[in-house]
Order: sequence, then structure tokens, then C-alpha cells
Amino acid sequence: MDLYDVIVIGAGVSGCAVARELARRDARVLVVERADDVCCGTSKANSAIVHAGFDAQPGSLMAKLNVEGNRLMYEWAQELNFGVIPVGSLVVCVSEDTRDGLTALLERGRANGVPDLRIIERDELVQMEPNIADEAVAALWAPTGGIVDCFGLTIALAENAVANGVEFAFNQQVVDVRRDGDAWLVVTPQATLRTRAVVNAAGVYADDIHNLVAQPDDALRIVARKGEYYLLDTTAGAHVRHTVFMLPSAMGKGVLVSPTVHGNLIVGPTALDVDDKEATNTTPDGLAQVASKCSLTVKDVPLREVITTFAGLRAHQDAHDFRIGEVAGAPHFYDCAAIESPGLTSAPAIGVMVAGLVADGLGLADKPAGAFDPTRPGYANLNIIDFDAWGRLCEQDPAYGNIICRCCRVSEAQIVDTIHRNPGARSLDAVKRRTGATMGRCQGGFCTPKIMEILERELGMDAREITKRGPGSELVLGLNKDAVADPSAKEGGEA
Amino acid sequence: MGNSIEKRAIVIVGGGPAGLAAAVAAHEAGERDVLILERDTQLGGILNQCIHNGFGLHTFHEELTGPEYAARYVAQVDELGIERRLGTMVLDISEDRVVTAVSATDGITRIQAGAVILAMGCRERPRGALAIPGYRPAGIYSAGTAQRLVNIEGQLPGREVVILGSGDIGLIMARRMTFEGAHVQCVAEIMPYSGGLKRNIVQCLDDFGIPLLLSHTVVDIEGRDRVEAVTIAEVDERMKPIPGTERRYPCDTLLLSVGLLPENELSREAGVELSGVTRGPVVNERLETSVPGVFACGNVLHVHDLVDFVSQEAAAAGRSAAAYVARGEDAAAQRVDIVATDGVRYTVPAYLSGSDLDQDVTLRFRVGGVFRDRYVSVYLDDERVRHAKKRILTPGEMEQVVIKADQLRERAPHTVTVKLEEE
Repeated sequence: MDLYDVIVIGAGVSGCAVARELARRDARVLVVERADDVCCGTSKANSAIVHAGFDAQPGSLMAKLNVEGNRLMYEWAQELNFGVIPVGSLVVCVSEDTRDGLTALLERGRANGVPDLRIIERDELVQMEPNIADEAVAALWAPTGGIVDCFGLTIALAENAVANGVEFAFNQQVVDVRRDGDAWLVVTPQATLRTRAVVNAAGVYADDIHNLVAQPDDALRIVARKGEYYLLDTTAGAHVRHTVFMLPSAMGKGVLVSPTVHGNLIVGPTALDVDDKEATNTTPDGLAQVASKCSLTVKDVPLREVITTFAGLRAHQDAHDFRIGEVAGAPHFYDCAAIESPGLTSAPAIGVMVAGLVADGLGLADKPAGAFDPTRPGYANLNIIDFDAWGRLCEQDPAYGNIICRCCRVSEAQIVDTIHRNPGARSLDAVKRRTGATMGRCQGGFCTPKIMEILERELGMDAREITKRGPGSELVLGLNKDAVADPSAKEGGEA
Repeated sequence: MGNSIEKRAIVIVGGGPAGLAAAVAAHEAGERDVLILERDTQLGGILNQCIHNGFGLHTFHEELTGPEYAARYVAQVDELGIERRLGTMVLDISEDRVVTAVSATDGITRIQAGAVILAMGCRERPRGALAIPGYRPAGIYSAGTAQRLVNIEGQLPGREVVILGSGDIGLIMARRMTFEGAHVQCVAEIMPYSGGLKRNIVQCLDDFGIPLLLSHTVVDIEGRDRVEAVTIAEVDERMKPIPGTERRYPCDTLLLSVGLLPENELSREAGVELSGVTRGPVVNERLETSVPGVFACGNVLHVHDLVDFVSQEAAAAGRSAAAYVARGEDAAAQRVDIVATDGVRYTVPAYLSGSDLDQDVTLRFRVGGVFRDRYVSVYLDDERVRHAKKRILTPGEMEQVVIKADQLRERAPHTVTVKLEEE
């Protein structure tokens, strides 16, 4: 049996960040993922915020990795070409009674090492954010806060990992991990894989994986904490200019209102612990809560411009800190667990930290200088390039002139590009996450059949094999009249 | 590219029924320099996937399918030698009518147009816009997307189907899916009346025994990968679901026919004023928008039920654009507002330009509810000049009323009012 140096369980943003950082080492690394693509769990359904780092308790792992991750996020965006915009964030105080809380947050942020924090008064706040609620009295201003393309980040990490030798296995759910001599066996229904080290980055299921190898008194419990969101059309994208949080008050915790890197407006989330770790459904109550809470900080949020709603599940644990490190009694089995908010922001720092732990534990050497390429080409973004640059792209590849998704301006060339990269897009949602196609105001009404055609053509698949997000989510269930009995057969066959 | 800029008299954005009829009419009005830009690979627009019949009763006095209706206009466009560029997507229209487009054959091109006719059509309101709670699996399609899959691609989106919304495309697809071997369980409509044409309810639902559940909506969608079931509940007068009325329908597909929205992103970028009611441009009797030399017609202007009226309206826009190019901008005149009230939601046009009203004006409008035995009245200032009884008016059927040119000239009104009256 082949022996891997490291198997990473889970191809979310944490797993992909760890894999990418491990790719700097001389090691054989495999990422095993139950879904058909990277970024299919918590990493794809969250606020997509780059947190400044004032929230976490000073001294916690969360605080350290958030601030470090924030810094790395902007750096990595340069070399990995994913979308991040340092719009800055505001924590809005809507009552003089809670002003102390604002000061406390400022102090906490400073203790965590967040740069350039300051409290701004209402006049300045209104200047910065004209649609701020009339009740707003002051805010904590964090210029290092930002927004990020959570899909783009995860995909960039994965592509860069593959380019540097990391392997990925999709549609494989890990069902067991057990010790085998000096190594670990990672078991999926398709294969039993042998590895020297395991990284547990299984998101809301990290407790199941942890508990397979941990001692009885070291059991981990991850609770799925649901967050529901509204996503509004780009016509509403400028309703706020920064990420607007609410300072918790007697009115409750509030929800955030923020522009997104795709130009939309995001509003949410709720926070409700659920038993079912697959319960990514939205609910009437949850959506109603978001609709009412957003007005606590921002006026006239144009909810009629909603184009979709969604829910994500955070991997919450009671201790409310990241669980990172070697599991007691399980040599070279590393948890990368309970990565809840600010987990996305922290991902780069988590990648560096976990890869460091594994490399030290296994004694992995760095690749020779120049053997690791930290850069990864981005996808063309036809929404931000000027027409002359677009024209030059068309000269290189005429398919840049064939618009497939009219709402989000995605051309055939970009979609073909997503399919032929590694890991490449194999499903409609995989194309969506890489290009933004289907994410616009018509929600795929016009472009779904066209993308299906391109997938069929490029992958040599039949339409009936094309899925929304992997096996079981087939987009069409048959061909016209294939279920209608053949009349000629009927004549001879039935009495 | 770069410095070179092409000059054309009339550029028509969209080669569907509106764009085709506008092109033909502009040509017939004497303007030979007409260019159609179409993003699809063929002319005809959405008609190409509307393979059912019922098109053309007014225009050609016979029942045609959508592709047949389109073919009649394409033949005229061919015969007249009107230029068209296919696979060409317009990206931007500036206020001074520079049209920027992209295509695989020509890359980015810029055209200075003497006049622009907006004929981009409309799109379907998606599931997300309704914020229906539940999962987001495969198997949820807008009716038009399903229509394309079935009628163009020959693919069956699903086998056990529930339809939300009784817009015409949803009704047509209820019948089509049945023909193709799927089972349609019901059509749920949140309003107490259908948004579709009466004839479609009879021919597409009643004839196939498909129930229409008025005042009902979908309150939950189950299925993580593919739709497994939807829950439908009755709603109260405020359209809120009534607890206890929920019923679960196991199915693999949910089709949505919950409204059409004029596709006006380009118009907005061009600075065209849009109506909050129709979501289309605010136009005068020449179908000219707030940007001089930019005209609009068809579903981009307001959503129609019958393509025949799209063609009529578009022809008027084509003639207006030709006249604009020949004559140039009119001197500013006192604009005459048209007030839509008492059950009338809007009118197209929304105002009269006020300058030489030498032609009859056709006002098209929709009502905001179901009304029986009402009069459609038109007032020029305080004087009632039209008073026509209608047995029934519904939001699903567009109405029209004509104001005579001589009456307008004679009375020179400051305001025109269109309303429903009981007597």
C-alpha cells in the first residue's frame, strides 16, 4: 500500500490552507473530501468577511490567528489572485447605554494587536455610511476589516496546492481512521489509505473524526450553529460601503450588513444550534429575524432586491476557541477543528500553523529553493477590466466574447478554464464558485442550460450525468417522452 | 477598436419579436441603416422555445407556433436586407448613444447610433426573490428554463412536478411536461386569481385535470441534493401562510412561474428613467425614454401577454426612431402627464410629449385586481372622452384604449386620466 506523509480530511478553507502550506515541504500529501469539489461546507456559506480581530478574547488562539490571518489574507490575495477588498468594518453602537461596550471592544482589539482602531462619533459615521440608522451614536472603526471571495480563496489554495504536488480525492467520505503500526489507516468506502500523519479538518464533522482516535476523556463535541442570510442584487450593493456590525445591546446581537466582493449586499446571519449537521435549509423564522434585525443598524435595507437566501453551519464548540494540535495518545494526528468565525479570516494563519506542527512532528524538510511556486493565476473578471483589455482577451481567445452568464458577465472562455484546471469544475455549482456564473439576478435561469452544454462538451458527459453539486443532484432526470410507453410495443405486449 | 467607431442610424438591442418588428417598421419608414444586435445565435428570442400554438391571431389571423411567428418576421428582415449581428451582447449604452458590444467574432465593438431601440425583453423572477424557505437542491427551475431544457435540448428536468405561480409560461409548461411524460401534481398560486390568460388555464390545466390552487404558496422545499418534496399552504388576505393548512407533496421538481421582470440593466446604466410599477422605461407616446433618441418596446418596456401586441408596439417604436433620425430632437414642449388611478396600475406611454400630437395614441395598461362590470374611462382634464364597459378585467390580461388625435389636438389637455369606474 502507498504511504502518504499526510492525509488532510476535508477540503474546506482550513484543509486547503493546510495542504497549500504543506506543499512547501518535501512530502506526499493527499486531501480527502466527501463532496465533489473543494469549498462545499461551512467555507461556502458564511459572511465572507475578513475580520480585523477585535472580537476574540485576548490570549486565545482565535485572537492570535485572526490578526495574523488578516494580515496574510491581503498578502496571499496578491500571489494567489483571489478577490479581497479592504473595505473596513464598523461596529455600530445604537444606544448611549452600551457605549462602554464600544470602549471595551476597542481595548480588546488593541490588546489583540489590531492596528489603527478608533472610535468615531455619529457625525463622522454618517459621513462614512449615509444609510446608517438614526439611532446610531458611535462606532468602532477597523480599517483592516474587509470582504473576501470565500470560494475564490479556497479554490486558489487548492489549485496552488495541486500545482505544487498535492493530490485531491473527491466524493470520498472518511468512515474510519485507525492506527496501523507506525502509520494511520484512513478508510473511505472506496479505499483504505495509509499515511504517516492525519490532519482533521472535517468542519462540523471534526468531532466524529477526532473521537475515532481520541481517548475517552478527550471527546470533542462540535455543534452545528446555523446562520441564515439574504443576498441582495448588485443594485443594492452600494447601500453600505463598509461591513456594518452591531454592538450587542438590549436589542440583541444584531446582524451584519455588508457589500460583497461580487458587488452584492449580504445581510445576516442568525445563530441557532441545530441537531442535524446537514440542515442547511432556511426557515421562515430565521429569515424573518434577519429582515427585522438589519434595520437596527442600517436604514431602508432594500430587501425587495433579494436574489437568494441561504444558510450555513458553523462548527461551534462550547470552549469557543479553535482546537488545533496533536491529539493526546494519537501520534501525528492533528486536529484543525472548531474553526468557527473568524475561521475564514484565520485560514491562512491556520494553514501556516498546522503545516508547521505536522512538518515538525514528521521532520519534513522544506523543498529546495524555487521548487515551490507560491503564485496561482486568477480567472479573468470581466466585471472589472476595461473594454480595451477585454478586447485584447478576445484576440487571444474569441470565447471571451461569448457571454454565457449575462447577469454576472461570465464568458465561455472562463467556464472552459474552470473545467480544465486542477482541481477542475465538474458540476454547475463548481463553475459557479469559480466564476460567479448563475449567482446573479436571474439565478441561472438563462445560463444553466448553456453551462450544462459546456460541461457535457468539455468532459464528454451526457446531460443526465451533469449535476448541481455531485452525485444525487442530477439536473435533468431523463429525455423527453422516455417514460411514455411505446405504442407499438403496447399493441403486441398487453392484452 | 480603440479609436475607430462605427456610425449607424438605428441600433436595435435585441432580435426577439420586439427588435424584429421595430427593424421592419423602421426600414419601411424609410430608414435603411438599421442594425440588430442579438446575443443568441439566431433571431427570434424567446419565441424559439415557445413551440406551442396561439401566436399571431391578431397579426396574421391564424394560429402559429412561436418559431413560426418569429420566422415570419425573420423572413421580412431577410427580405429587406436588414443587417444583424448574432452572438453579440451589448455591454453598455452611453447617454450619447454609443453602444459597446462584445462577440466571439468581432471582440469588443463600439457603435455611435443615431437612435437606439431597447428590445432586450424580460427575465423570470427566480426562487430566491421570493425567499421561499427550505433547501436549495437541484430540481428547482423557472418555467422558462424548464421550457428551454425540454423544447430546445430535449431533456426532461423531472418526473414528479409541482408548479408555483400561474403565469402563462407555468401553465404552458404544465401541459408540456405532461405531454413529455412527467406528472404535474398541481399549480399553486399565491394570489386569489391567476396571473395567466384564461385560455391557458382552460387548455393547459383544466383539459389535463391539473388542479389550480388559488391563494396557496410553497412554504418549504425538502431535499439536499435533488428536490424530494415541497409543502404547500393556503394563505390569508395578506398572503401569509395559514397554520394548519400545510400539505406535503412528494416530488422531484419545482417549477416557478412567479413573474417576469423587464431586463433593464443596460437602460439604467444609460441613465434611462425607469418606472417603479412596470420596472421598464418611462416613455412618451413615441415610446421614447427619458434619454433623447433612445426608444423602448416589447417586454423590456412592460411585460406583455400576447406577442401580437409586442409587434404592434415595436413597430411604433421603429417608426418613431426612424422619424427621430430623419428629423432630429424635438423642441421641448409642455409634457402632459397620464394619471393611472382607480384600479389602473400604470399606462404605457406614461406621458405625452406635448408636441404635435398628430396621431392616435394607444394606451396599454394593466389593472391591479379582478374587476367585473367596470367602465374604462379616459379623461382629458375634467372631460370624459372614453367610457367603455368591460365585463371582466384581470391583472393577467393587458388592456388597451385609444385616444383620438383630433380630441387631443382640440382639447390640448394638461392631464390625461385613465381609471376604472363603476358607472
